[in-house]
Amino acid sequence: MMDVVIGLEVHVQLKTKSKIFCSCPADYTKDIPPNTHICEVCTGQPGSLPVFNKKVLEYGVLLSLATESRISKLIRFERKNYFYPDLPKSYQISQYRAPLSYGGFIELKSGKRIRLQRIHMEEDAGKLVHVAGETFIDFNRAGVPLLEIVTEPDISSPDEAVEFLTLLRETVRYLGISDGDMEEGSLRCDANISLKPEGEDRLGTKVEIKNINSFKFVKRALEFEIKRQTEVLKSGGRVIQETRLFNEAKGTTESMRTKEEAHDYRYFPDPDLVPIEISQELIDRVSEDLVELPLQKYWRFRKEYGLNDERASILKSDYYMAEFFERTVKFVGNPEKVANWMTVEITGILRNVGKELKETPLTPENFSSLLKLLFEGKISRPAAKSVLKRALEIGEDPIQLIENEGLLQSRGDLSPLIEEILRSHADQVKDYCNGRKKIISFFIGQAMKITRGKADPVELKKIFEEKLKDACKGLD
Amino acid sequence: MKLEDFSIFELSYLLKKRQIRAVEIVERYLSIIEEKNSKLNAFISVNERALEEAKRVDESISRGEAIPPYAGIPIAVKDNINIKGMETTCASEILKGYIATYDATAVRKLREKGFIFIGKTNMDEFAMGSSTEFSSFGPSRNPHDPERVAGGSSGGSAVAVASGMAQAALGSDTGGSIRLPASFCGVYGLKPTYGRVSRYGLVAYASSLDQIGPIARNVEDIAILLSVISGWDENDSTTSTMPVSDFFEYIFENRDRETYRIALPEEYWGEGLSIEVRKVLEEFLGFLKMNLFKIEKVSLPHTKYAIPSYYIIAMAEASSNLGRFDGVRYGRRVEGRTFREMIENTRGEFFGEEVKRRVLLGTFVLSAGYYEDYYLKAQKARTLIINDFKNIFREYDFVLAPTSPTLPFRIGEKIDDPLKMYLSDIYTVSPNLAGLPALNIPVGFSNGLPVGIQLIGNYFSENRMLKFAYFVEKEYSG
Ligand SMILES: [Zn+2]
Repeated sequence: MMDVVIGLEVHVQLKTKSKIFCSCPADYTKDIPPNTHICEVCTGQPGSLPVFNKKVLEYGVLLSLATESRISKLIRFERKNYFYPDLPKSYQISQYRAPLSYGGFIELKSGKRIRLQRIHMEEDAGKLVHVAGETFIDFNRAGVPLLEIVTEPDISSPDEAVEFLTLLRETVRYLGISDGDMEEGSLRCDANISLKPEGEDRLGTKVEIKNINSFKFVKRALEFEIKRQTEVLKSGGRVIQETRLFNEAKGTTESMRTKEEAHDYRYFPDPDLVPIEISQELIDRVSEDLVELPLQKYWRFRKEYGLNDERASILKSDYYMAEFFERTVKFVGNPEKVANWMTVEITGILRNVGKELKETPLTPENFSSLLKLLFEGKISRPAAKSVLKRALEIGEDPIQLIENEGLLQSRGDLSPLIEEILRSHADQVKDYCNGRKKIISFFIGQAMKITRGKADPVELKKIFEEKLKDACKGLD
Repeated sequence: MKLEDFSIFELSYLLKKRQIRAVEIVERYLSIIEEKNSKLNAFISVNERALEEAKRVDESISRGEAIPPYAGIPIAVKDNINIKGMETTCASEILKGYIATYDATAVRKLREKGFIFIGKTNMDEFAMGSSTEFSSFGPSRNPHDPERVAGGSSGGSAVAVASGMAQAALGSDTGGSIRLPASFCGVYGLKPTYGRVSRYGLVAYASSLDQIGPIARNVEDIAILLSVISGWDENDSTTSTMPVSDFFEYIFENRDRETYRIALPEEYWGEGLSIEVRKVLEEFLGFLKMNLFKIEKVSLPHTKYAIPSYYIIAMAEASSNLGRFDGVRYGRRVEGRTFREMIENTRGEFFGEEVKRRVLLGTFVLSAGYYEDYYLKAQKARTLIINDFKNIFREYDFVLAPTSPTLPFRIGEKIDDPLKMYLSDIYTVSPNLAGLPALNIPVGFSNGLPVGIQLIGNYFSENRMLKFAYFVEKEYSG
């Protein structure tokens, strides 16, 4: 057997208002016309100079604190020199010898810690746009701030890699510093992977995989590469040190460049930017923005509310959802039922309509009211579901819906209806009394038809049973 | 008295008193450009709107409107400093036709004070050179002997000022590029303390050494220009927040005699100094002694590392700074089948020999395996050089050194010998490495060619330096 050794280099794009070295808006999404959020600095006009956006430092410090990284006292920026059409200055301002922080970790559910070698700040490049055989450059993205997170080679399976990335994504979202969206490019991941005989200390030759653009491809790319390297080694071959590109369409990796062709980036301190001292004061101020982290929340939900792995995992995956859950439980108790409604019903409906919980009018308050009505038997389960569905889909207040449509039910209200049904179906009542107990579903069906599903079938069954018992007595 | 013999202060005064019109001033300078530029090659481009701007100044004055303090005074600007809407070529083929999209901070500040930009001056390509011979527009010529170089790289600015084609000029100084041409042309040229003047809009050659500074015919004009262009700039993180005094007012108000303590570092006064230059400078030192200044020989022991450190650091930074001239977004381009080929063709075709040499050497010293041996060592030497100066300034007010080891040399004399050319900077690179202010003061002639002395001051001591120079100007040169 072979041991798998994986290290990740993750780029997280920060949600600051302006770019890292100029005052252009950092927003470069599809609706922004190309080359409109640009200036002399981010297009590298001769004579322009970078000025560091301190917000980027705050975001970087926040992630460093969240990962228990050691924050450097004095940091500086360096230039990474290479030519590429989307790189306006022909160097990227990055950090090399004095990164923001180092030595942190992210803990997996298993308790295993994936150590972080470093976290550093840098600027994004522009974007090449290919239209009708021609290539254009959009510099809206040039200078958007990034954090690069480099792990130690501590990851030993594709699943662990996915779990690490998931936790990292959730963490940056919890902290509000990034969208962490791989498909949109606000979270990007390169992987270094090597194999070695089980138990061997020396690492095998590592291969770098680039161009992994979605969560599902992380696993697929790594699995393919493990298979490929295993086969190379099994057949007596040697893995060569190289950079490979993941091909989404084929699900394979393809050689891009070998070690000999590797870039020499000629890093050196950027003389345009002065070294930055990170004061304890800044760290203290930023640490006030720290929140409970995804995995901490996961464990607390399991212990405090007795939730199972799946429910706790889903709830912790989104900060807003987790908060929503806890506030709802505070109002109505029943954590397991609340969790069930949230992780099954709400999550399902949202997935179908492609919305996020915070975009809907559902609040812990009105959701609690809805659940209270349900728990007290004042509204049926199907009615509650349908109200929830419409609230999430159309965006209406659920309690308003209930009131408008008169969905509230009560025993008193149902009795005359049930008596009427029994009166007009004397034959079926006789059958029931004669032992055909199953016919009760016929009565329930009638009631549901008349109430257009408003009534709770469980409730109906109970009332029908009582009334029929009386009716059978009358027949005797 | 000719118009060009007045100072900025005097011209502004006459203008406000309506004894002279802005149009007259600008026309006078344009006519001198017309007369002399074809021979001396000081300007790369002349501002066609200069007269128009002067007319507007006159109209404002005649309407009795308030005008900025230096309205209508024509200034020349080195062609590596951006003036919005005008061409910035850096005397390079690669940037010919490039129109600046914004004003350099120094330019903006001058504009706000009313100065008129009369034209962009010639220079060594991307400021890489000591003679203005490495210009794709041909060399600038020394007004005192057109067969000789003007010095570089701000040769065009120094020539323009020395020959009366502009009231004053901006240059940039990375290793002597203001002081050397000022010395060769017989004018004042100041490299301010690093961080005193914003570099925003100055096309970078070596960012940790570059500094914009004034070149002028008199100390007053240097003081006025320095006051205008100095100060912290939100667009340049390396500018200092140190408050800026009005240097002109300072030298005007403080005319008391001081007894200065002056250091003469033996490393600057040794064998390499030519006899002609030495003779003129020693005469000047005699004048200082007569004034009872304390003048003592000292040692700056790490001076021998200055030239190698300077060229390593400057070339390293240049190799990165010039990466942006890739033919992608602006400037000229030679097509190719691939991106790589296009870049290679463009840079191969449009960069001059000296630029290529420095970019290649700079790339080399930053390469993996050489970074520690060259770049880091040079930085360490830089620290030693800084400490040398710090020690001296504990006991002395100024350091005096020659600006150039030789008189202006003949055009073509050193162009094929880069090492000889690099040694022209032997006395000027240290202040850049240390970030110190340094001023060329013209102190005489030898064989009809100007000789300058270099006054090096402590950090942000420009006011005292200018006071000293003012004294020399009045008591010695004048
Ligand atoms: Zn910008």
